[in-house]
Amino acid sequence: MIRYLGKRIIFMLISLFLIVTATFFIMKAVPGGPFTSEKQVPPEIKAALEAKYKLNLPMHEQYFEYLKGVVTWELGPSFTEKSSTVNDMINRGFPVSAHLGAQALLLAIFGGITLGVIAALNHNKWQDYSAMVIAVLGLSVPSFILASFYQYIFAINLGWFPIAKWEGFEYTILPSLALAASPMAFIARLTRSNMIEVMGQDYIKTAKAKGLHTVAITVKHAIRNALLPVVTYLGPLIAGILTGAFVIERIFGVPGLGREFVLSITNRDYTVIMGTTVFYSMILVVMILIVDIAYTLVDPRIKLSDAGKE
Amino acid sequence: MKKNVFALVSSIAVLGTALAGCGGGQPAAAPPAGGTPATPAPSQPATPAAEKKPQVLKMNLHSEPPTTDPGLAEDTTSGAIILATFDGLTRIGTDDKPHEAAAESYTVSDDKLTYTFKIREAKWSNGDPVTAHDFEYAWKRALDPKTASNYAYQLYYVKNGEKANKGEAKLDEVGVKALDDKTLEVKLENPTPYFLELLAFRTYFPVNKKVIDANPKWAGEASSHVGNGPFKIESWEHKSKMVLVKNDNYWDKDNVKLDKIEFSMVEDENTELSMFENGEIDWAGAPMSALPTDAIPALKDQGKIQTNPIAGTYWYKFNTEKPPFNNIKVRKAFAYSIDRKALIDNILQTGQIPATGAVPPSMVLNPNGYFKDKDLENAKKLLEEGLKEVGMSKLPAITLSYNTSEAHKKIAEAIQDQWKKNLGVDVKLENKEWKVYLEDMHEGNFQIGRMGWLGDFNDPINFLELYKDKMGGNNDTRWENAKYKELLNQSAQEPDLEKRKKILADAEQILMDEMPIMPIYFYTQSWVQKPEVKGVHQTGLGDVDWKGAYIE
Amino acid sequence: MQNLTKEHFEPISVDLRQAEAIKRPSLSFWSDVWRRLKMNKVAMISMIFIAALIVCAIVVPWLTPQDYFTTDLAGKNKKPSAEHWFGTDDLGRDVFERIWYGARISLQVGLAAAFIDLIIGVIWGGIAGFYGGRVDEMMMRFADILFAIPYLLVVILLMVVLEPGVGTIILALTITGWIGMARIVRGQILQLKNQEFVLAARSLGADANRLIFKHLIPNALGPIIVTLSLTVPSAIFAESFLSFIGLGVSAPIASWGTMSNEGLPAMKYYPWRLTFPAIFISMTILAFNLFGDGLRDAVDPRLRK
Repeated sequence: MIRYLGKRIIFMLISLFLIVTATFFIMKAVPGGPFTSEKQVPPEIKAALEAKYKLNLPMHEQYFEYLKGVVTWELGPSFTEKSSTVNDMINRGFPVSAHLGAQALLLAIFGGITLGVIAALNHNKWQDYSAMVIAVLGLSVPSFILASFYQYIFAINLGWFPIAKWEGFEYTILPSLALAASPMAFIARLTRSNMIEVMGQDYIKTAKAKGLHTVAITVKHAIRNALLPVVTYLGPLIAGILTGAFVIERIFGVPGLGREFVLSITNRDYTVIMGTTVFYSMILVVMILIVDIAYTLVDPRIKLSDAGKE
Repeated sequence: MKKNVFALVSSIAVLGTALAGCGGGQPAAAPPAGGTPATPAPSQPATPAAEKKPQVLKMNLHSEPPTTDPGLAEDTTSGAIILATFDGLTRIGTDDKPHEAAAESYTVSDDKLTYTFKIREAKWSNGDPVTAHDFEYAWKRALDPKTASNYAYQLYYVKNGEKANKGEAKLDEVGVKALDDKTLEVKLENPTPYFLELLAFRTYFPVNKKVIDANPKWAGEASSHVGNGPFKIESWEHKSKMVLVKNDNYWDKDNVKLDKIEFSMVEDENTELSMFENGEIDWAGAPMSALPTDAIPALKDQGKIQTNPIAGTYWYKFNTEKPPFNNIKVRKAFAYSIDRKALIDNILQTGQIPATGAVPPSMVLNPNGYFKDKDLENAKKLLEEGLKEVGMSKLPAITLSYNTSEAHKKIAEAIQDQWKKNLGVDVKLENKEWKVYLEDMHEGNFQIGRMGWLGDFNDPINFLELYKDKMGGNNDTRWENAKYKELLNQSAQEPDLEKRKKILADAEQILMDEMPIMPIYFYTQSWVQKPEVKGVHQTGLGDVDWKGAYIE
Repeated sequence: MQNLTKEHFEPISVDLRQAEAIKRPSLSFWSDVWRRLKMNKVAMISMIFIAALIVCAIVVPWLTPQDYFTTDLAGKNKKPSAEHWFGTDDLGRDVFERIWYGARISLQVGLAAAFIDLIIGVIWGGIAGFYGGRVDEMMMRFADILFAIPYLLVVILLMVVLEPGVGTIILALTITGWIGMARIVRGQILQLKNQEFVLAARSLGADANRLIFKHLIPNALGPIIVTLSLTVPSAIFAESFLSFIGLGVSAPIASWGTMSNEGLPAMKYYPWRLTFPAIFISMTILAFNLFGDGLRDAVDPRLRK
């Protein structure tokens, strides 16, 4: 196990290095720079700006500067926010994104699994249909429409929640719901189809024949086995929730990292692009590791290490 | 200046929902404006009852101000906060003219090259006295290449400003000097008729050296920010909320009525309008943001909408090096054949003015325009002649480019259809991401492309000098004309204002005769507000000053 | 009671050679799927709906007199009427007409992207899951890295390098889109490959190819099809996001995603501009989902009787 973990961590570092490298060169290959603007500045000012941000160095030196910055976690000044560093921006934005993301994730996982299990246990009954209608609706409506719709109904018409901003628990509800809708629906459907499949398997029949209680069967045998594909989905889901919150953050005026990330790309704010990318990739690779470890917990048939090879 | 934020605004429009400034991009507006320092601001006598109303204004700032440092700011949002928290030597009054502010008085030499300012007895928000040294320091700091201020060129009017910024002269040689604590002497390169107005622009604002030396990130947090303006920053929750309160150290605090301005930072224009309609904010739309286009007819019906012309022109640029637009007549045919009025009435809908010249009405040179809108007859004739001249029997399909945004797209779609109907030309639309688009425009990688321009200060030269040099940074059309160039050079030397105006009008005539650009409309900005909000001053350049604002 | 005598019985001839004959008509895998799919009404309705949609997208723009680009500024934002069934948009263009042109784009993009994701995802995930160990490690790490590179950056680069159009959109969607499918397939294969039937097949001498594609993948078809049925709609949505950042089809053509994006701010004022594209998107996705569910039940080898 320890050997396995060590190996995985080395892999993680290599992955991060490759991501940073690929991002750096793609970023440089995209036309336009941080100082491209409608009103071009005189070449001398541009040169001074480039010197200030070390963009005048040869490409490989810039690259090493970035690597150094990443390793020391000194991500440098932002190009657009003249009075902030990238570290400042991450420190401010991430807690908000993490809060929103965690709330949405919990909603999606618990809601999704509950709906899926209910639907599967009542296969082809009304509970099944209503759970799936909820799930399909969550998937059929794009998040930007759903978010605007929630805002329109629950905030503007009914006045139950604030329209926008991020100043307390009641402000977090609509954005979390909007963000959770699609992953929840996905998880619900995945859980349902797996559950139905698992419920048809011999070991469940055996358990039933042994006279085990339905609840016990469901919890001990069925759900556990049905969750594996759901777990597979969690890594990308978390990354998706964190970065994909852009539209929601914008509509509800949430000061998160998602919009920082997207805007940095359109602004060619190089340091912020690199900083947020590294940050997100770290979360992502760690999540993927956790997911792989979670596999073994959910499904004892899969062993970590090289056991998969025969 | 200003336009930088446009990138931000347009990309937001691109990615989120709406339209970056319905007017076609509400590019960041820029130079600050002012309340009236000299004249007591809102002369409306407030009734005692009204006096008791809490003087709190709730606004949406739209986005986080990237900085509150006057020397570094490049965008409207920062500009508005800086104008509220700083005071220049002059400040633009409600009459749109510069009035003495941090300067108590000034004298000008006969050759109009030397200005001597007497600095008013005033304090920074931290209690330090405001001195002439603060100005000298601020200007030299902005010009220092090490500061890398994007807007340093605003100070090029000052003697040796340009040279110092380009590293060709020492900072000590720059023509600004504090003779003593209260006297500032400024020497200029040329007699500059609009210099007093420039002084109200943020790059000319003072900064507090002690504060900057103590904390280089001083302009990023409420706690370390120090200004000399009507308001000071009380709190600043990044990307979320900012609160300004009245600055009790301000010299003219008696004319500052508001106790507090609360800004939220919501980028979505639809959300902003909903918040306004819900009573959460007192103002929505320009100048900090824009109203969603689809809401405009309804707001108009309710009689709520207010509009204000600003000094800006929306135009299409022709690449004059690539056929068929290397031919003047073809360019003219395209320019004459569109129906600007229909675009304004049906798409833009907020009282924009059809543009038949390059210079907007507030600084107009020829009020009658240079050609007729929707002149189909001439357009067809010109196209025919033009095609003959370039030796084509029929125009190939033309590509019209714009940066990705709902507002630009609508205009492009409508014009595409008009050209098809009126000239029988097939036009292909091509949209590009903002920075890619700019790069392509600057490199001449287009046939017809959209651009807009907002004036930085109140003078036609703003608009005309764009097309002075073929490879000038903002020309894009690759058009050049020796006579035009000469007229512009002449205008810089001409001290007589009337003669200067005539020279500039001649230049604009050449521009419109050769038509490297096709003007479409002059910008306006529109907003909705609660009726009890009074005294918010919006300048003809699109800036906003809350100094004289109050709640009735 | 009657006495049963020998005469009451007749000997039947037992042909031992026939004892091994298969009584049930032999069905190929897919005809069996089809047989069971036909019994599922919901899935059939969905399938008919999808088919009708495809036919309409091809035929309607042909048959109707209007087109999608002619503007009529005086007739903008008109309510649905006999003349304009779905009303007009903010440039006075017929929404009905634009919906069908949009259908072409959205369906093309959705189907093509899903198909490509399926192929790459199944092959990649199948191989990684089956071989496990180092191969798995390398392949999945590669997918992780690809997944972690900022998508928007890649897309902007693509947009610059390639001509904007349907092909570029599909490429942009699939460049990372297959990873989800690969992960699902790999997870399934990992789970299945230690089961007895695989061992049985293996001991009968099945090679890797046969094991993966004949035994493992068909058994993993359930989740694959569910994922696939969700890839189509998510591709349709992703397309609308791409349209916004400039990788969409060039105006004046619009996909459903673009149309609803444009209609969103008009929700309060001209609801038909949002409603119709939104309904079409939702109905289409609903149909794909239900059809996917039906198909899942139909192909599941464990449900074969």
